[in-house]
Amino acid sequence: MRVQLRHRLGYLTALLVALALPQVIYPGLALDIVVWGLFAVSLDLLLGFGGLLSFGHAAFWGSAGYAAGLAAKHLGVPFPVAVLAGVTVAVLLALPIGYLSIRRQAIYFAMVTLAFAQMLFYVTNEWRGLTGGENGLQAIPRTFPGLTLPSGSAAFYYAALPLALLGYWLAWRAVHSPFGHVLVAIRDNEARAQALGYPTRRYKVLGFVLSAALAGLAGSLFALGHGFAALELLHWTTSGLVVMMVILGGVGTLWGSVIGAAVVLLLRDWLSTSTLTLAGVSLKDAWGVVTGVIFVLIVLSFRRGVWGTLLQLRLPRGGSRPAPRAGQTTAGGPSAADGG
Amino acid sequence: MNGTLIAIQVFDGLVKGSFYALLSLGLAVIFGMLRVVNFAHGAFYMLGAFGAWLLAQQWQVPFWAAIVLAPLGVGLLGMALERTLIRRLSHLDPLYNFLLTFGVALAVQDAMRLKYGIQGKPYMPPEQLRGVTDIGPAFYPTYRIFAIVFALAVCLLVWYLIERTRLGMIVRAATERPDLTRALGVNVDRWVTPVFGFGVALAALGGVIAAPVYQVTPVMGADIIIILFAVVVIGGLGSIAGAVVAGLLVGLIAAAGQIIEIGGFDLGRYENALIFVAMAIVLLARPAGLFGHAEAG
Repeated sequence: MRVQLRHRLGYLTALLVALALPQVIYPGLALDIVVWGLFAVSLDLLLGFGGLLSFGHAAFWGSAGYAAGLAAKHLGVPFPVAVLAGVTVAVLLALPIGYLSIRRQAIYFAMVTLAFAQMLFYVTNEWRGLTGGENGLQAIPRTFPGLTLPSGSAAFYYAALPLALLGYWLAWRAVHSPFGHVLVAIRDNEARAQALGYPTRRYKVLGFVLSAALAGLAGSLFALGHGFAALELLHWTTSGLVVMMVILGGVGTLWGSVIGAAVVLLLRDWLSTSTLTLAGVSLKDAWGVVTGVIFVLIVLSFRRGVWGTLLQLRLPRGGSRPAPRAGQTTAGGPSAADGG
Repeated sequence: MNGTLIAIQVFDGLVKGSFYALLSLGLAVIFGMLRVVNFAHGAFYMLGAFGAWLLAQQWQVPFWAAIVLAPLGVGLLGMALERTLIRRLSHLDPLYNFLLTFGVALAVQDAMRLKYGIQGKPYMPPEQLRGVTDIGPAFYPTYRIFAIVFALAVCLLVWYLIERTRLGMIVRAATERPDLTRALGVNVDRWVTPVFGFGVALAALGGVIAAPVYQVTPVMGADIIIILFAVVVIGGLGSIAGAVVAGLLVGLIAAAGQIIEIGGFDLGRYENALIFVAMAIVLLARPAGLFGHAEAG
C-alpha cells in the first residue's frame, strides 16, 4: 500500500536524521533532543491515548535519573545496567502513584500527579546523604564493558541511541496494540469500555506504568549523558516543560512530541547564546518568562500543535486519518472495542 | 518534648493552615463559578505580598492600607486576565485553562525574579502587632496570632457572603445550574469576571498577611500552590467549609511533622512530604475528598 510505503520512508528518514544529528548540532544538544523527545512521547502516550494529563511526569524522569546515576557511581555498573536500574525505580514509583492518581479524574488527576512529584522533589532535596541535596549527583561515570565513554563527544550519543530507539519502538508498539486501542476506548468512553468487560482501572494503571517506564528510560539516559543528576530533574517546571512539548508537537500524534521537544530545545539553546534584550533584560536569563509566554500562546491558539496542524492541512486531499485529541470524544464510540 | 514546644508548633501549624484555608477558599470560589483550577493562584498570592512590600518601599504605605490596596490591585489584574485570556478558553475542556494559568504563573514568577531577585525581602508587621503575647505554655508573636484570627475571620465572612446573602445565592445558583439560572433572568456571565477577581483578591490578601510572617520572594507562590492542590484533593473543591477545614488540617499535619520524632529520625525536614502522604491516604480511603461528593464519570 502507498500509505505503508510512505510510513516506511518516514521512519527511514527519521532514523537517518537521528544518526546524522550529532554531526549537525553539538552532541549534547542532539542527545537532549532524543531523550526529551522520548520523555515527551511517554507523556503523549498517557495524555493523547489515555486521556490522562500527568502534570508530575518529572517524578519518573528525575527519580530514574538519580537511580541510574547512583547505580553507575556507587556500584560502578556499565551504563545499560544503570539505565535498567533507573527504569526499575521509575516503575516501582509509578505503581503506587498511578494506582492512587487514577482514583481521580481529569483536572484532579493533574493536581494529584503534580503533588506526588513535588513530594519526591522534597524528599530528594532533604535526603542529602543519598542524593547530595541541592548539589545533586556530580561526576557520574559512564562505563561500558571494557571502556569508558569520553564525555562531551558523540560517543555516548551513539551508545544511548539504540536504547532510546527501543523506547520509541515500545511506545509505537503500545499504541498500535490491542492494549493501546483499549486505552483509547477508555479515554473516549470509560463507562462503555467497562460495560464491554475491560477492567478499565487496571488498563489505566498499566498505561501509567508503561508511560513512567519510558520517562524513566529517557531520564536515565539524560542523567548519564550529562554526567550529573540535579534537583531540576524533579522540579515542577520540568513536568510543565514536557507538557508544553507535547502540546506544541500535537497531542495524540506520538511523533509530534519529538518535534515539540526539538523546537523547544533548539529555541532554548539559541536563546542561551543570544544577545537579545527586552526591556533591559537579557533574554538568555528570561527562559522562564519565555516558556510561560509560549505556553500561553500555544494553549490560546495552537492547540493542535505542529503535527496536528500538518495533518489537518493534508486532510482535505484525503488519505490520513485524523489524529485523536485529548479531551475530545470521537463520535462512533470505541474504535477497537470489538476485541471483547 | 515539652508543652512549650508543642504549643509553638501547633500555633505555627495554625498560621500556615489559615493561609492554606484562605487560599484554597479562593481556589474553590473560582472553581465553582468558572470550573477553572487556577494554577496562577500562588502567583497572585506572591503578587499580593510583593504589592504590600512595594507600597511600603516606594510610598511608605502602612500595612493597614496595603491590606486593602494590594488585594484590590491584584484583584483587578485577575479580572483583566479573565477578560483577556481565560474567557477565550471557557468553552473548552477546563484542562486548557489549567495549562493557560500555568503559563501565566511561570511567566509572572520568572519576571518577578528577574526584576527583584531571588533574595527574600523582609516586611515588618505593623507597630501595634509587634512583640509577643502570652498563650499559656509559651509566648507567641502577636502578629502571628493576628494572622490566624484575621484569616479565619475573612473565611467566615466569605462563607456568610456566599451562603447567606442574595449575591451568594446567585453565585451558587450559577455554579449548580448555569442554564436554569439564566432562564430565571440572571445574567450569569456578568458575574464570572467579578467572581474570578474576588478569588484572586483573596489570594493576594493571603499574600499581604503572609508578608510579615515569611519573607517576600518570587518563589513563595510556587511553593504554596502545589501544597494547595494537596489541600484541594483532601478537602474537595465543592464546599467552602471543606476548603477551610482541609487548609487548617494540612497546616496542623505539617506542624505534627515538626513535633514527631521517630527513633531519632527527625520528621521535621520532611513535613511537606507528610502532607502528600496525607493526600495519598485520603485518596485511598475517600477518593472524592473528605467533603466532596463522588464525581460523575
